Amino acid sequence: MACGLPAKFLQADAGRTNMNHLDTLEAESIHILREAGACFENPVLLYSIGKDSSVLLHLARKAFAPAKPPFPLLHVDTTWKFREMIAFRDETARRLDLPLLVHVNEEGLRAGIDPIRSGSAVHTDVMKTQALRQILSAKRFDAAIGGARRDEEKSRAKERIFSHRTSSHRWDPKSQRPELWRLYNTRLAPGESMRVFPLSDWTELDVWTYVAREGIPVVPLYFAKERPVVRRQGAWIMVDDDRLPLEPGEVPEMRSVRFRTLGCYPLSGAVESSAATLDDIIAEMRTSRSSEREGRLIDSDQTASMEKKKQEGYF
Amino acid sequence: MHPSKDGKDLLRFITCGSVDDGKSTLIGRLLFDSQLLSDDQLSELRRDSRNRITGPEGVDFSLLVDGLMAEREQGITIDVAYRFFETAGRRYIVADTPGHEQYTRNMVTGASRAELALLLADARKGLLRQTKRHAQIAALMGIPRVILAVNKMDLVEFDAEVFKAISTEFSAFALTLGFTDVRSIPVSGLQGDNVLHRSANMPWFDGPILGEALEEAETHGAIGGPFRMPVQCVVRTDPDFRGYAGLVVGGSVAVGDEVSISPSRARSRVRRIVAFNGDLQQASTGQSVIICLADDVDVSRGDIVAAVDAGPIIADQFAAELIWMDEEPLYPGRSYALRLGTNAANASATEIGNIIDVETQAQIPAKQMRLNDIGHVKIAADRLIAFDTYRENRDMGGFILVDRLSNRTVGAGTIVHALRRGQNIQVQKFDIDRAIRADLKGQKPAVVWLTGLSGAGKSTIANIVEQRLTLQGRHCYILDGDNIRHGVNKDLGFTAADRVENIRRVAEIARLLADAGLIVVVSLISPFIRERAMAREIAGDIDFLEVFVDAPLAVCEARDPKHLYAKARAGAIVNFTGIDAPYESPPSPDLTLQTANATAESLAELLIAGLQQREIL
Repeated sequence: MACGLPAKFLQADAGRTNMNHLDTLEAESIHILREAGACFENPVLLYSIGKDSSVLLHLARKAFAPAKPPFPLLHVDTTWKFREMIAFRDETARRLDLPLLVHVNEEGLRAGIDPIRSGSAVHTDVMKTQALRQILSAKRFDAAIGGARRDEEKSRAKERIFSHRTSSHRWDPKSQRPELWRLYNTRLAPGESMRVFPLSDWTELDVWTYVAREGIPVVPLYFAKERPVVRRQGAWIMVDDDRLPLEPGEVPEMRSVRFRTLGCYPLSGAVESSAATLDDIIAEMRTSRSSEREGRLIDSDQTASMEKKKQEGYF
Repeated sequence: MHPSKDGKDLLRFITCGSVDDGKSTLIGRLLFDSQLLSDDQLSELRRDSRNRITGPEGVDFSLLVDGLMAEREQGITIDVAYRFFETAGRRYIVADTPGHEQYTRNMVTGASRAELALLLADARKGLLRQTKRHAQIAALMGIPRVILAVNKMDLVEFDAEVFKAISTEFSAFALTLGFTDVRSIPVSGLQGDNVLHRSANMPWFDGPILGEALEEAETHGAIGGPFRMPVQCVVRTDPDFRGYAGLVVGGSVAVGDEVSISPSRARSRVRRIVAFNGDLQQASTGQSVIICLADDVDVSRGDIVAAVDAGPIIADQFAAELIWMDEEPLYPGRSYALRLGTNAANASATEIGNIIDVETQAQIPAKQMRLNDIGHVKIAADRLIAFDTYRENRDMGGFILVDRLSNRTVGAGTIVHALRRGQNIQVQKFDIDRAIRADLKGQKPAVVWLTGLSGAGKSTIANIVEQRLTLQGRHCYILDGDNIRHGVNKDLGFTAADRVENIRRVAEIARLLADAGLIVVVSLISPFIRERAMAREIAGDIDFLEVFVDAPLAVCEARDPKHLYAKARAGAIVNFTGIDAPYESPPSPDLTLQTANATAESLAELLIAGLQQREIL
């Protein structure tokens, strides 16, 4: 059934590059980052401290070296991140000598919003989604570059690399702009903005193998260690500071755990693991039977909850 | 042959086919059989799969890929979804594209970067119109390889004859479209036959099963061919570093090579190839690099660094195949934002050749292109750009058109060949220029553009303005829509497409007359925002005043000086503005004249005052 006609316009293998898939992903992400840097007036890189952000930042440095990336880093801080994350964030900005902007929704803080008493849905909406909209509007950022990947979640799998947001930061999944070849329609009306996802085509495994290959520093919470945890909703929650109210009879126990995704500590579930090195993590992932988002309590509220949050401006 | 483990390469492919052919189920099957579904995804799937058609595993795989709420509600795929899986030798990015014709633009999004198309057909139904349409689009997008998965073989009792009939018909059809590699495979996505595991139900099939065919497919890309690197940005570190950043999209380049810059045709040599971890001696297709040149030549974003002996085409006009993706049709003459590589220009279609009927391949003459039409067009850009034909290089020959008002991506095209016409026509410079001609007349030339409904009072006001200015010793001329349609524009009708061309010609004439030193008053319904913007652009540095002669439709209809509204209401005239054709009010005109409750004389005075205020008079 194969009809192997000679391909007139395909010159087979002449000058072929020996690029493996990580090389290809890297080169394409760099291309996307340069487009974002070149086509917008005032782009910003959303730095959320996790492994994806670490890879994104590394790629941004590669894209513009020997110059520095032409955009600052922005961290939307809910004030409930792991202490090790904040230390890592500040150390990274210092080590790389990059401008870092930290934004907290002070109104939300004053209103006493927190992930435990307000519930994860309200906390995420106020301290992440609204906070992000506040700072993007206040600083007039017209492009926000983030580390989201299409393999994370069903609605992400459908999102464009350059994803348009209305002036009220809303995503309209039903009328996304067609996105052909490597041509990105970066035109915006006043007040509108773009979310840019250079890691769209990466998988979790790609991220880890790339971290290992490039020797990219990541937050130590990804590696297994004895940590004080309590069991909640089928997940291990780390008692990172004394703000986590213990339920009657609940006693923190020391367990060898690690995190596959990092966020606000009361909402991030750890997995029991002995993977203490990058090689261990990669080996564990190749045999793992659970997805990384299982540890994220914010996703399981309802089917398609991520799509709703994204429509409202969540990253 | 593929290198092992770390050496896995990447293959992008699309799945497409008609609605209900089982695309999503087949992709779910690929993910499931390559064990890329996690326990939590599976348990969620099993929960959602109740009351649905499931395979032996009790799972409706299509739920896995239909990610948007509207898709789950309607049970259809609206937008392209990207999925990832791997086999022993390869990593794959699958773009699962929607089958409905109304979502063709989303299929095109997935197809544009694919190197292989996996087309589905239901064994019970054979090749449908939609199947052929998708094959056609895949061919247009330059995908060289196509696999037809004849799906749901379990529902035809794994009958070899059924498969043979469909695959024979498909091979004949696909080869006419120019695919270089066509094969068919009998599968059942629901049950897994011949997907990643060879089926015991079809011992008569001895060709490669789907997994094997995907692993064996050659990847292409403009890997050979001459060197091309579209410049994305200039990287500078003061005081001494200046490099040009870009992705190599064709051939390769080495330090010391002579290169040309397009479209300026400047030449230089590659001094350094810079990467993060140190300099490279050579860069090839697919690599993102920074190139430093030996000479201080002018290079900026949108330029192409290319092989000196085989540079790209440099022209401002080309013939292309175009897919139209917007509800608002393509009109020849309307100006769009063009993006090609890293280059941006303004461009319009000068001509629509034919629209292609995807089923019969028949070519149908047309004056406009509607949503999902595929056609041959001629495109003119407002300046020279560098490109290759799409066949030679996808990245150098694929372009998009963006609506300049809504910023929607409205068209996607592939360049077939350059048009040489106009290329040797240069702008002749004369010694007497506009300033001298205007000085002689003691005035400042301008274009005063009156827009509004028929009967709003445009011509009446224009007439009075011209009288008064003439009395003041000014040299004026009125370009009246009706009058021009008796002469220059008598070949044009009143369709939207013809109106666009009508306005373009009037705008060009207005520019010529103003260039001759005259104050030009245009009296033209000119119903579209975009073309009035174009008229302003055509005027260039000549003063341009957009005047909205505003009267409610009811008032215009009551006046009806030419009895046209009455005829339009009676159905004797079609495409009449305000009745059955739209009028787009100016969002920010330079001047608005409300004519319902004012005399023409007072409004003419108001207009003259406006001209004085802008120091035209």
